[in-house]
Amino acid sequence: MSTVYPERMSPGGAMEGQSVEELLAKAERDEAEKLQRITVHKELELEFDLGNLLASDRNPPTGLRRAGPTPEVELKALARDNTQLLINQLWQLPTERVEEALVARLPEPTTRLPREKPVPRPRPLTRWQQFARLKGIRPKKKTNLVWDEVSGQWRRRWGYQRARDDTKEWLIEVPGGADPLEDQFAKRIQAKKERVAKNELNRLRNLARAHKMQLPSAAGMHPTGHQSKEELGRAMQVAKVSTASVGRFQERLPKEKAPRGSGKKRKFQPLFGDFAAEKKSQLELLRVMKSKKPQLDVTRATNKQMREEDQEEAAKRRKMSQKGKRKGGRQGPGGKRKGVPPSQGGKRKAGLGGKMNSGPLPFGGKRKGGQHQGGKRRK
Amino acid sequence: MRPLTEEETRVMFEKIAKYVGENLQLLVDRPDGTYCFRLHNDRVYYVSEKILKLAANISGDKLVSLGTCFGKFTKTHKFRLHITALDYLAPYAKGFGVAAKSTQDCRKVDPMAIVVFHQADIGEYVRHEETLT
Repeated sequence: MSTVYPERMSPGGAMEGQSVEELLAKAERDEAEKLQRITVHKELELEFDLGNLLASDRNPPTGLRRAGPTPEVELKALARDNTQLLINQLWQLPTERVEEALVARLPEPTTRLPREKPVPRPRPLTRWQQFARLKGIRPKKKTNLVWDEVSGQWRRRWGYQRARDDTKEWLIEVPGGADPLEDQFAKRIQAKKERVAKNELNRLRNLARAHKMQLPSAAGMHPTGHQSKEELGRAMQVAKVSTASVGRFQERLPKEKAPRGSGKKRKFQPLFGDFAAEKKSQLELLRVMKSKKPQLDVTRATNKQMREEDQEEAAKRRKMSQKGKRKGGRQGPGGKRKGVPPSQGGKRKAGLGGKMNSGPLPFGGKRKGGQHQGGKRRK
Repeated sequence: MRPLTEEETRVMFEKIAKYVGENLQLLVDRPDGTYCFRLHNDRVYYVSEKILKLAANISGDKLVSLGTCFGKFTKTHKFRLHITALDYLAPYAKGFGVAAKSTQDCRKVDPMAIVVFHQADIGEYVRHEETLT
């Protein structure tokens, strides 16, 4: 027997009713707003590649075209809409929990990305491949397992527990012509090592040929002696320079020619250096050219000074040696020799003579050159 | 392609200064853009920075020319000015031509006398087609 007295049930009935209605309406409005936020209307559906987190929008950008010179607002809205759609798609993926974080498992990417690096160029054939191609040798298909008589089972052709293992032999007969005191086991091991080393060398050489690199070889010499003229030349050059004086006092054979291109490599300014600095240096050069005064070339001046000093010293030494020789001749063997002994003095004189010959020319030449330069500058 | 060395720049400027004089610095330092000289296969090119950056993307053996060729360096490192530099040198020129009178006579001569003969090359008819009649 329950009677419902609505008025009594809700003393502030009207108000609560209103508030309930209000609440309901508010909730509905909130729902609608939320839906509006997360639902985006697009004429054409977006294409999704969730593996790459990619969303492609093929809708024509009429909104942007209408925007005018500053489309920032429209762009932002477009970005927001598209991102919302992408996130909606992501929420539909299967999720899992990893260390207290909710993680969506992305599918495989469907967009094919272009190559990062260029296509690898075809490798040059190895020496064996060239030979096989020449002779027409085809690789023979061999069986993996071979019947081993000794153990009475199928063993692999090579590798661990192989069929005919040389190293496991406990008796090696000394061959007819060999020294009886020679260790045949050691000889076998040595031969194997040499074969392995040769194989490794060939492999590295093939690799170097493929990558067009140079093998770091011992002093440029090849163990088997097959070397080209250029390689030998280079090895010889390196050997020549590997002295304490960096090859300065190494004599050449009578008919040997000087090596070409062994000078210092020139260094140039970079292509896009500092443009402002370049301009400044050029303007400075122009200013110097315009000034019509012969500028002091410091290096030239110092060299000239040094040469003058050397010549003075040489002249002095010559005088001393001459004096010493004359005096030595008069005094005889017992007397003290002033300065240097005559033989050395003689040598030096000859050297000096040579030097003196070349002395005046550069002097005059330099002076002439200097004047010429000054003349040019005056113009 | 590379920038000119100090020596090469000096030789080139000396040559150009004979025609243009002090106005050479207007070529080096322009108000309307950064222009620079670059050497490619012994030829000197006067090129703007923008074009230079584009030309840097072309490999050296495939690059034929860039900007304006001002001239070339001969095998003995002398600079030879080319006709293609004329457009840049003409505005700053100090009077192109052969002197008709000696320096002293030039000073004493009446205002209407001919002092310079303008000798043109065969291409002048083509270059200034619009202005010559």
